[in-house]
Amino acid sequence: MHFNILKHELVPYFKVLSREEVEKLLSVYGISKGDLPKMVVTDPVSRAIGTREGDVVKIVRRSRTAGESVAYRLIVGTGMGDIRTLESDEED
Amino acid sequence: MRTNAPKKIDSIQFGLLSPEKIRKMSATRIITPDTYDEDGFPIEMGLMDPRLGVIEPGLRCKTCGQRVGRDGCPGHFGHIELAMPVIHVGYVKTILGILRATCRSCGHLQVDEKQKRALRRRYKSLKDSGQGTSGFAKEVISLARKSKKCPYCGRVNKNIELDKPTTFREEGHKMTPAEVREWLEKVSATEEDDLYLFGINPDVARPEWMVLTVLPVSPVTTRPSITLQTGERSEDDLTHKLVDTIRINQRLQENRDAGAPQLIVEDLWELIQYHITTYFDNQTAGIPPARHRSGRALKTLAQRLKGKEGRFRSNLSGKRVNFSARTVISPDPNLSINEVGVPIEMARELTVKVRVTPYNMEEVKELVMRGPVPLPPKGKVYLPGVNYIIRPDGRRIKVTDENAETATERVEVGAVVEKQLDDGDIVLFNRQPSLHRMSMMAHKVRVLPYKTFRMNLAVCPPYNADFDGDEMNLHVLQSEEAKGEAEVLMKVQENILSPRFGGVVIGAIHDHITGCFLLTYHNRVFDRDDAIRMLSAAGYHHYEVKGDMTGKEIFSIILPEGLNLDYRAQSCVNCETCRKEECPYDNYVVISDGVLEKGVIDEKSIGAFKGVILEHIGRRYGMDAARAFIDKVTKLGIAAITTTGFSTGIDDEDMPDEANMQIEEQLAKARDKIDQLIKAYNEGELEEIPGRSLEETLEMEIMRVTGRARDQMGEIAGHHLGMGNSAVIMAKSGARGSMLNLSQMAGCVGQQAVRGERIHRGYKERTLPHFKKGDLGARAKGFVSSNYKKGLNPTEYFFHSMGGREGLVDTAVRTSRSGYMQRRLINALENLKLENDGTVRTTYGDIIQFQYGEDGIDPAKSVRGEAVNIDQIVKEVL
Repeated sequence: MHFNILKHELVPYFKVLSREEVEKLLSVYGISKGDLPKMVVTDPVSRAIGTREGDVVKIVRRSRTAGESVAYRLIVGTGMGDIRTLESDEED
Repeated sequence: MRTNAPKKIDSIQFGLLSPEKIRKMSATRIITPDTYDEDGFPIEMGLMDPRLGVIEPGLRCKTCGQRVGRDGCPGHFGHIELAMPVIHVGYVKTILGILRATCRSCGHLQVDEKQKRALRRRYKSLKDSGQGTSGFAKEVISLARKSKKCPYCGRVNKNIELDKPTTFREEGHKMTPAEVREWLEKVSATEEDDLYLFGINPDVARPEWMVLTVLPVSPVTTRPSITLQTGERSEDDLTHKLVDTIRINQRLQENRDAGAPQLIVEDLWELIQYHITTYFDNQTAGIPPARHRSGRALKTLAQRLKGKEGRFRSNLSGKRVNFSARTVISPDPNLSINEVGVPIEMARELTVKVRVTPYNMEEVKELVMRGPVPLPPKGKVYLPGVNYIIRPDGRRIKVTDENAETATERVEVGAVVEKQLDDGDIVLFNRQPSLHRMSMMAHKVRVLPYKTFRMNLAVCPPYNADFDGDEMNLHVLQSEEAKGEAEVLMKVQENILSPRFGGVVIGAIHDHITGCFLLTYHNRVFDRDDAIRMLSAAGYHHYEVKGDMTGKEIFSIILPEGLNLDYRAQSCVNCETCRKEECPYDNYVVISDGVLEKGVIDEKSIGAFKGVILEHIGRRYGMDAARAFIDKVTKLGIAAITTTGFSTGIDDEDMPDEANMQIEEQLAKARDKIDQLIKAYNEGELEEIPGRSLEETLEMEIMRVTGRARDQMGEIAGHHLGMGNSAVIMAKSGARGSMLNLSQMAGCVGQQAVRGERIHRGYKERTLPHFKKGDLGARAKGFVSSNYKKGLNPTEYFFHSMGGREGLVDTAVRTSRSGYMQRRLINALENLKLENDGTVRTTYGDIIQFQYGEDGIDPAKSVRGEAVNIDQIVKEVL
């Protein structure tokens, strides 16, 4: 039994951006990745859409005042992260 | 020469002082606890050593040779060599973390090689992605703590506890600061390159520096002694603390060198630790604060900085300023809303800087010639003079009546003249608490006699001011930039539309509204004389009045041409189907092409916070037009109310006997109903409301009955007190008071409640000893059937006080709580900025919102929160 949180009405639309899309986004705002708002990899939505650290996701929300509003998040690890994943990283 | 060129701080590096550094920056070692000798001269190598700086004017510092003052000697540090090391209280938490995460014998971080490599990489990636690393250090420590045995030397790790505030224990065994320091030295030797994993930057800080061996002594300028009138010297709290420290340090050294028993040495060691701990922070948890002989706690380093009275909040974030004034405010309807009346005495003291150029030379010379108190010309009460001339070299010349003529010759290009405040100068006017930006607005000065600030009544709502003794502050702008910015952004008319909800916050109040209501209600007809007088008061001195005029005609004159509006008035009775233009009560306002065709003018049209007409004029004709309209409408309102006459008194609440009988009847009915409910409850016949107990059901039902009873009183009162009644006129037009206030005065006060329930606490099973135990009736539970006019009986009065007290406590609690909440919000949001590309970013460039408020709309420019009002636009186009 797995509940698909992405289909819940309170969860906005999420999409992982491609490398080109990220480049474009950063150049539009004239920023580096670190200036983006952040979201952790362990976030339920991050897990549901399958993100990796360093990804940028696009969020489209319905807004009462603006109709649709678009935001972006940089996916980051939580603090030290899981030490086991740290160890497995060593292989690659 | 001093320059005012701004300097930009690129970065600030915080770090620890090493013992070597402390010695190096020290002007002298301090060895004697004494300060001054019998002759009053500072003792060499004492706490007041002249090499630490000077505090007496005229003396020269022995280190730098400068005098006291702004550009003089800043003071110099000294140092005390501690006989034994001492823990720095500020870093116990950090020390504890390091001790717990490392091995005592080899100093290694308690993770294996593989984990360490992973940690290093993780740190790097965090740094690269621009994230904070403070949480990381904490996690490293909690990971390393889990190790039972050192992976490098095999020593079994013991449990380290902190005995607050500064004692470390290893499995219950006390560790001396010397032992702790030794351990930390080992850590910084073995983990030299990985100290950053603990959150320490090895370039500026080392673990062992957190245990002091040398104590810096702050310059005397930071702890000046004061000489009392008696000639006695009184030392600063910090000096007292340092004296204690040196004394104990000396004794410790003597005892240790003489080979005294370990116990005595340890006692002294703990004592010096206490003195140094309280020197840093005298409110450290777990130890008693150091006190004066008088019992007052000493104010040491942390106390100087911390809290509302500390250096940050009271001297850096907020300061006392020059060119400011404060006095009582009083009303003046003859001033425009963007003016402020300033007393002559203040205007003479407050000045504006005028730079002398070849172009204004003659003017300025004429100004200086007047001196500081010029005689005003006939018919005027005030003429500005000049207080000071600042010459190009920065020297100030005070202008007096005697030297005015010679001073005039000193006026040259590049000099600045401090000219007294004059009519039309722009100033900031402010009333605390400054809760929103309208609490501080720019006004134009009008210099007037007497001693209060005068202001237009229409600006009371944004400042939340009244005239029961309120005081306000005034700040005179000095630079041209400031004046320009205030002119564009802060003038009163620029703030008529609030950014809070996109509506007006400045508008007519009280009598202005009653006046306009009386003017337009029932479209009363005024004879020619009255019409001329009212229009003249509103500023239409030469308007040609041909004959009798209706109120609506008069009001239409002040409306701008081409104004089209229609809306429901405040006094709208909310019929089931609105008949709009055909409203039988004349409560639907229709304005076409600047003519008031239908409807009555009340709070909804011109009131502060509501005024639809004001809002529309501001948007369509500009803020200056709105300002002019508010000035006119308030004056017209006052003229109208003076023409018709208006007064209210307690007899406004007089009701015919018939009405009083009806009220009695309704009260009796309500009481019966309650008795029935109680009876039903007692007999178990009461039907439970789903989800409620029987008792709750009864309470709710009774509350409903009493609530309805009060409403019915209101209806009866409203029915018998018609629109001929002044109090009703005020309530219906929204000028002041409500129908509820009226029904409480004329009908009945109603049920009193504490915490939303009928009053039930007090004596055992009853509220007061006057009632039977278990009485659930209306009277026994706080229903007040009397009205304010008739007066309350003693039990009713008591219940009413209970309810009233709750209200007072609630407001007191709410203000303090919301104040703190606001403070936290402001601190969290203060460095956000809306950039030109529409994003909201912090000062570091981090993006907070990609589009301001999701929709990019400035609420101050919105129409009550919406970007555009389509209906209005359609109407205007058609």
